[in-house]
Amino acid sequence: MKPVVVVDYGAGNTRSVCAALTHLQRESLLTNDPKAIREAEYVVLPGVGAARSAMERLNETGASSALRKRFREGGSTLGICLGMQLAMERSDEGGGVKGLGILEGDVTLLRAGRVPRLGWSIVEPWGEAYYFAHSYAVNSPRAVASADGVTAAVRHKSFLGVQFHPEKSGSAGLDFLDQCLSLA
Amino acid sequence: MPLPRLIPCLDVAHGRVVKGISFVQLRDVGDPVELAAFYSEGGADELVFLDITATPEERVTMTSVVQRVADVVEIPFTVGGGVRSVDDASRIIESGADRVSLNSAALADPSLLSAIADRFGSQAVVISIDSADGVVYTHGARVATTIATIPWAVEACERGAGEILLTSIRHDGQRRGFDLELTVAVRDAVNVPVIASGGAGSAQDVADALRVTDGALVASIVHENPSGLGGLRREIEALGVALRPLKEGHE
Repeated sequence: MKPVVVVDYGAGNTRSVCAALTHLQRESLLTNDPKAIREAEYVVLPGVGAARSAMERLNETGASSALRKRFREGGSTLGICLGMQLAMERSDEGGGVKGLGILEGDVTLLRAGRVPRLGWSIVEPWGEAYYFAHSYAVNSPRAVASADGVTAAVRHKSFLGVQFHPEKSGSAGLDFLDQCLSLA
Repeated sequence: MPLPRLIPCLDVAHGRVVKGISFVQLRDVGDPVELAAFYSEGGADELVFLDITATPEERVTMTSVVQRVADVVEIPFTVGGGVRSVDDASRIIESGADRVSLNSAALADPSLLSAIADRFGSQAVVISIDSADGVVYTHGARVATTIATIPWAVEACERGAGEILLTSIRHDGQRRGFDLELTVAVRDAVNVPVIASGGAGSAQDVADALRVTDGALVASIVHENPSGLGGLRREIEALGVALRPLKEGHE
């Protein structure tokens, strides 16, 4: 099996994503190389950090256009947390940031409950609890799952985005990642 | 609202877990990585590691602990003790921790909170507050300040802290229940999650805290019997507090 490409944009916690893949006996390759991103069997766009600097980094390295091309060509991609938010058209974070535009929708500050939203919530209609850590949330016609009234997952063609962190969601999260990889 | 969190806290010194872990099933009771994996499998919602030595020489040791924990544990964890700069925070987060917790260093330089939040987001920044008689204590809860607890909690959040770890010094180690009055007062003053710490002696104590706030830190109550974590969860749920449902294979 080819390694799963984990997009490196210099922010935060990519180690945990790679560790989760290792648990699933999948090799991972942490890179921002456009060719590797475009040609990979499976790509994970992880997410911790600030939208603006993340997007700047993706643009500088050419990873942005590689991700868009990959999407047009039907390559499977999983966006996690900020990785899902970056795939939208725009985000209110950091004074407004233009996203990858892979999915219709935008990203706005959470208005209800305590912010940041930290902890485990049951994702419906899947009925499983996953771990969330975010202050902004996605509004999109492509939403396919929610938790506490917040978009928990979006799907459009070969792109799946999740607001929660499967790599931090215990055995439920590992099972989820495993399913994503096996369906791809 | 997310489900309330049950959070075991591990004190670490020189790369080893200290403070009363009584357990015979682990090969090495002092190994933070092995204990973390055990708690993770037993149903902890997340973990907190406090480096209680936190000397510059210990940094390398702690970084290695964080990396090894991140490689085997798939639940979120916070690391506190010895975070005195953005570089310290980066090192810990890049090693695989989800959040860093600051205490004395943030009091000495509150702008540190914003600097770390700007880089990693406020969900990665925890302000740890040790409180007694309405004021904040520093240096391992040994030194009283003149800073009032509630205004400090509010300021820390304004500056970028995304969670409060609130320890009531008078309740800590007493095992007679959390300081609910203090917890509620801080909870009502801020809009970030508040984790109650200090005083857990029974499932009832934890359930009482989880009814009023987002999470509860537990130490000796679980360390005395680490394999009893699943049982503790069930007792808390029997008292009417819903925790996250565990996947098959747990416990």
